[in-house]
Amino acid sequence: MRLELRGITKRFGTFTANDSIDLTVEAGEIHCLLGENGAGKSTLMNVLYGLYRAEEGEILLDGKTRHFASPGDAMRSGIGMVHQHFMLIPVFTVAENVLLGHERRLGGIQGARKKVKELSERFGFDIDPDALVQDLAVGVQQRVEIIKALSLDAGVLVFDEPTAVLTPQETDELMEVMRQLRDEGTAIVFITHKLREVRAVADKITVIRLGKIVGTAESTASSAELASLMVGRSVSLNVEKGDAELTDNALAVKNLTVLDKVGHKVVNDVSFSVRGGEVLCVAGVQGNGQTELTETLIGLLKAENGTISLNGTELTGKSVREVLDAGVGFVPEDRKVDGLVAEFTVAENIMLDRYIGAPFVKGATIDFATRDEFAEQAKKDYDVRAQSIHSPASSLSGGNQQKVVLARELGRELDLFVASQPTRGLDVGSIEFVHKQIILTRDSGIPVIVVSTELDEVVGLADRIAVMYRGGIVGIVPADTDREDLGIMMAGELPKHLQPAAEEVEA
Amino acid sequence: MSNQVAQQAAVPEPPTEDAPRRDVGRELLHRLFNGTPMLSVLAVLASLVVGAILIGFTNPRVAEAAGYFFARPGDTFAALWQAVSGAYISLFQGAIFNPNRMDSVQQVLAPLSTTLYYAAPLIIAGLGVAIAFKVGLFNIGGRGQMLVGAGVAGWVGFTVPLPPVLHVAVALIAGALAGALWGGIVGLLKARTGAHEVILTIMLNYVAYLGIQYALRNPDLLRNQENNNPVSPPMMDTAILHSLPGFRVHAGILIAIAVVILYWWFIERSNLGYQFRAVGLNPDAARQAGMNVGLVTTLAMAFGGAFMGLAGGVQVAGQVTSGFTANIDAGIGFEAITVALLGRSSPWGTLVAGLLFGAMRAGGFNMQAAQQIPIDLVLVLQAFIVLFIAAPALVKTIFFYPKGARS
Repeated sequence: MRLELRGITKRFGTFTANDSIDLTVEAGEIHCLLGENGAGKSTLMNVLYGLYRAEEGEILLDGKTRHFASPGDAMRSGIGMVHQHFMLIPVFTVAENVLLGHERRLGGIQGARKKVKELSERFGFDIDPDALVQDLAVGVQQRVEIIKALSLDAGVLVFDEPTAVLTPQETDELMEVMRQLRDEGTAIVFITHKLREVRAVADKITVIRLGKIVGTAESTASSAELASLMVGRSVSLNVEKGDAELTDNALAVKNLTVLDKVGHKVVNDVSFSVRGGEVLCVAGVQGNGQTELTETLIGLLKAENGTISLNGTELTGKSVREVLDAGVGFVPEDRKVDGLVAEFTVAENIMLDRYIGAPFVKGATIDFATRDEFAEQAKKDYDVRAQSIHSPASSLSGGNQQKVVLARELGRELDLFVASQPTRGLDVGSIEFVHKQIILTRDSGIPVIVVSTELDEVVGLADRIAVMYRGGIVGIVPADTDREDLGIMMAGELPKHLQPAAEEVEA
Repeated sequence: MSNQVAQQAAVPEPPTEDAPRRDVGRELLHRLFNGTPMLSVLAVLASLVVGAILIGFTNPRVAEAAGYFFARPGDTFAALWQAVSGAYISLFQGAIFNPNRMDSVQQVLAPLSTTLYYAAPLIIAGLGVAIAFKVGLFNIGGRGQMLVGAGVAGWVGFTVPLPPVLHVAVALIAGALAGALWGGIVGLLKARTGAHEVILTIMLNYVAYLGIQYALRNPDLLRNQENNNPVSPPMMDTAILHSLPGFRVHAGILIAIAVVILYWWFIERSNLGYQFRAVGLNPDAARQAGMNVGLVTTLAMAFGGAFMGLAGGVQVAGQVTSGFTANIDAGIGFEAITVALLGRSSPWGTLVAGLLFGAMRAGGFNMQAAQQIPIDLVLVLQAFIVLFIAAPALVKTIFFYPKGARS
């Protein structure tokens, strides 16, 4: 099916989210829609899917003009969508989820089961129609979403940021599925901001910035070219850093074990040390104890066993307040939940962990003049794009929110800096900025720990890499270790030829 | 091979990026207490409209005229207009200003004085709910905290001889401390054990009520020894907030305004108040920023209890000085929730809401006397205000209020 969007314009009040966008997707083509967060990709797709009505423009399917009043309309016309956040009911089976809303069309539960089996066989999915969705892994749930769309004979399939929730291996498998679908003649729209994926799978690339199409590219374009199109200026994708100049400051973690509520070891006998002036990256697939490790470092979780000491001072068992006062800066993994109070203004968030004594509090009263001055300076230094320091944090984009968190954490004297997933969900421009700040912090001579599940980031930032698997550290290896080997380590094995290197680095 | 292993190793977590943890109760609380000032005003207007409809339906003369509606529809509307306008005018006259009674300064100011008289404890108690809400806690325990505060303040008021002014001050402070203790227990239990504050406060309401009843039956505690009824002795003259000669209003309203200013400074300006708000809006972020969430929870309930206890003290020192019973809270502990709700927990909003409710109490009596409309109408109005604030979409629809363009 051939999809054509002509002159689509969508406004929200005075804000133009899509400005006369033309887009043609041929049958049997993977068309990438590339753009930063907030560029208007999702708005465009919601127009296509009947969730929004465009002020101007028309949608053509196989040359015929169509109007969609609702997603139901769009689905009936052959448009399927795989959402970033799955639209599945966890307590229903796969077949029930597929059936939902299309009871007649699929011919009841038996029809749905047959359809699921048939599609799953065709694509080699191996999905049991009677399995409960809540029991399935995230990658498999996404396949259920795909089956849901295909069960209605979708000729156009939209994938909205589908890889955000997937492991690298699952991502590769998804791309294989997309190619297979393309070869069968489906028109695929692939929305993403990850350049690596675009180049791997796209037939055509359209770049959107600030609601407008700013260019098209072939899949042979380099990442740097695509990034500069996306951001509107040239960006450096590689982290520029000099050699580590080690200082005597050090964080030492010995035999650290942490239990979860039911007594499982979520951090299992972990030992490492980080010297001042170097970045230790903690790599691994999400959920292998990295979160718990950082939370224990700052005192949110209690260690069952082991010690943490910073420059000789014992931090084990201290409260969060005491750890922060000992000079630990912390960027939490999920800034919206743990890093910011969304309803607070930028200025209020700037003082979130400095609410006692100088510089922001005099006696029992907040010193607004000093705080606002600091916030204004931070806004300038960190290039926080906010209307003012008195705008609520919730009105900022993810990148700017993260800049506020960084400005706060790096705004005081530190002896250790811990950043957990510092660039998750950020656009290319912000990632560049955050990386630069992390390297500047390292060069100031304090130990830096970065936890990341993105291999690119780990390799770019690290002086040494510790790979975690099921709560333990598989090995600590040099930053120039082969990606393939790191992948094997993320699965829990330390390749033989790396063992001497690992031992040397650990010592 | 390695790919397979890695896939098994993947313990995928749902994305937390755009799907913050949902807590329905907390969300509802936020919605209840964080509406816009406009919404509060519209809720009051809407409830007045509903009140008018109720008056129309229950008024005997309207019913009579409706009997021959098709013969002379004008009669029905006239009767309707008369009943509704009469009710609201008498409400206004009792609470603010009565043009028919302007013979002396005293007559002119009497309605306002009565409004302020009723508003004082309502405002103070309203802040007792508001401050707890700033930390995300629902203080339903106003009644118990007020009773404890009233009991202790009363005891100081009729047993401990002290010089004037000082005596009132000591009694009120003792009442506030007792309320703080009563509320603080809840905060401590919540912080230590996670027990829900709504259950705890409701249960402690019973404990306080039955405790006060017991004390009022026991001549060694609160009972008036010259009397066999469960009533306390009258307050000593030095422990009374005396009314202005010729009016009902007393210094309680000044105390209420002082407490509003204190609350404003605390929430908007102090660093402890900053922690209160941070914990209330996002306890996870507060914890990561090193704040002691348990301590803040305990303090919030203690402060809320202190306000309630102070309101109880004002009840015995200002409203009922001739000896009190176990109903000395006069329903204020619960009405305070509506006051805080209407005032969106803000200092000035709570002040205005307290004044409005004080006016309703003052005008309600006048309305009952002048128009034979039961004072229960005031309760109905208050109930509808809560209802409308809880359902902002309904109010917005009624008034064609513009919806947010983007969510």
